[in-house]
Amino acid sequence: MRRLLEVAAPAALVLATALLGLAVSSALQTYFLDTLVKVAIVVALYVFIGNSGVLSFGHISFVALGVWTAGVLTVPAAERTAIMPGLAGFLSHATVGNVPSLLLAALAGLVFAFAVGLPLMRLSGLAAGIATFGVLEIVNNVLRYYDKIGPGLNAFSSVPETTGIWQAAIGALICVVVAFAYQRSRFGRQLRATREDPAAASAAGISIYRQRLLAFAVSGGLAGLAGGLYVHLLPIEIDSLYLDLTFITLAMLVVGGSGSLLGAVVGALAIGGLDSFLSAAENGVDIFGWNLNLPTGTSVLAVGALMALILVVRPSGITGGRELGR
Amino acid sequence: MSVSWQTLADALSLGGIYALMAVGIGLVFGVLRLVNFAYGQLIMAGAYAIAYASVWGWPSWAGILLCFAVVLALTMLMDRAVFRPLRTQSPAVMLVATFAVAFLMQSIAILAFGQLGTIASSMGPLNQPWDIAGVQVRKIAIVSIVVAAACLALLQLLLTRTAVGLHMRAAAMDFRTARMLGVRANRVIGGAVLISGLLAAVSAVMLTARNPQVTPIFALDDTIVVLAGVVLGGLMRPVAATLGGFTIGFASGILGGALPTNQSQYLPTFLFAAVILVLLIRPNGLFVRAGGGDRL
Repeated sequence: MRRLLEVAAPAALVLATALLGLAVSSALQTYFLDTLVKVAIVVALYVFIGNSGVLSFGHISFVALGVWTAGVLTVPAAERTAIMPGLAGFLSHATVGNVPSLLLAALAGLVFAFAVGLPLMRLSGLAAGIATFGVLEIVNNVLRYYDKIGPGLNAFSSVPETTGIWQAAIGALICVVVAFAYQRSRFGRQLRATREDPAAASAAGISIYRQRLLAFAVSGGLAGLAGGLYVHLLPIEIDSLYLDLTFITLAMLVVGGSGSLLGAVVGALAIGGLDSFLSAAENGVDIFGWNLNLPTGTSVLAVGALMALILVVRPSGITGGRELGR
Repeated sequence: MSVSWQTLADALSLGGIYALMAVGIGLVFGVLRLVNFAYGQLIMAGAYAIAYASVWGWPSWAGILLCFAVVLALTMLMDRAVFRPLRTQSPAVMLVATFAVAFLMQSIAILAFGQLGTIASSMGPLNQPWDIAGVQVRKIAIVSIVVAAACLALLQLLLTRTAVGLHMRAAAMDFRTARMLGVRANRVIGGAVLISGLLAAVSAVMLTARNPQVTPIFALDDTIVVLAGVVLGGLMRPVAATLGGFTIGFASGILGGALPTNQSQYLPTFLFAAVILVLLIRPNGLFVRAGGGDRL
């Protein structure tokens, strides 16, 4: 029962968000879609950071890779040369549908994270943090300027906008279920043991390196999937998959409580919800007949202040890093 | 690939400024085990102080004074409001908290001053070239090399010749034992934070002179590179961290001058590929002897 609650509670939150998103106007629905994609990203982060206790600043590069894979391959071949004139080789004509593009995005994230993790997972602490940050810098730099493989500084326009409320919700749910299955598996438990006490875990025969590498690859795959969902939601630019997204998603994880799956989902929904509400209020919203119209920029300010405040008052996050019922 | 004297002087001066920033970050890390990501935003605030002073027509010394006042006030505020309550938390929580502060300060800057930025024209004269034996070198390059060297020398004296410096080094080595032996925690932390603020102000003046266009993301890229440099050098030892900061500044200055123009946009790729490579070979830092050795 308790075990079921561990996956049911975050899943129910995701579903409730999706249902609420169906009930509102299409202008407001964009915010719900965006928040659901953020849930997918934060859960992906959680699989590695939450279970291993090692910070990674590189995960947004896996999201970017998912965006790139799904984006380049789904722009209709007829429009592709107009949008991305520099494309070389099969990239200039190969086209796939919506679902295959998402699967390929996840695969790209998984393979890349595994390849990067092979050397990097030998590091720990701040060295790991800076090295994963380096990966983010390099991926961002290459995707931004190397126009033989993508749109460069331009947005991924003309990508079919297939991420509706159901696709976003199912994507986020897949992430939640995979994260649950992983943390319940013996691999997940072994990794959590290394987080609690690396010396004791090694002494018990657990290879810290292998467990971290596995979690890194799994979470890279989920991040790639989230990237695929993202590019099918709106025409994004590589520039928006950089520092700001890294900070906001990490903050979501820490504010929710990085030790639990529930914390990842709660953090993403809480900050995503607040950010969306305030952004909507900047354009003016009616609440119970009372018109609220905030000056532009309030949302960023309020979210930053709130993040700092929650961390000072409750450093272990809203959920305290615990699952429901524990 | 040829490196001109101008590039060399520029790289040396960038290395000097990054070394100062590295000390500012490294000292606070030493006593608090806190990586202050918001360090760049302190510098940004100082740069805005100089820019606005020059818009108001203040003389440049008054702008520099205002810069020091603003940066020090913000440093103290940051310490009181964020670092102190979080002192006992894990490094990850503290790091993310400084992210939040950085994010907050940046959005305040965007709201208050706009995205486009302000020009700090009072620093213009420092950007004029000097003619040294037929080689054109920007004045600011020379000035920042001299200032950085002076600051580092003073700091070395402070750390090795005064009681406070001794306490700081002891606290950086083992905070609990140091406290048991009579080192006063608040004084040591306050001292480290204060020096780190002073160095941020000095760096703000230098960076503003190099690049008078002050925007809300001023010094953000520099801070990221310095952070990488500090970890690269060896965060656990102040001198190693400083050398790391200098090395990465110097390397990026030389690389920036040596790369052909059609590849110069890939500078971060080369720089961070090198950082990752070095970290894999020397995870504890480039300038740290394997198996310990003494601090400082």
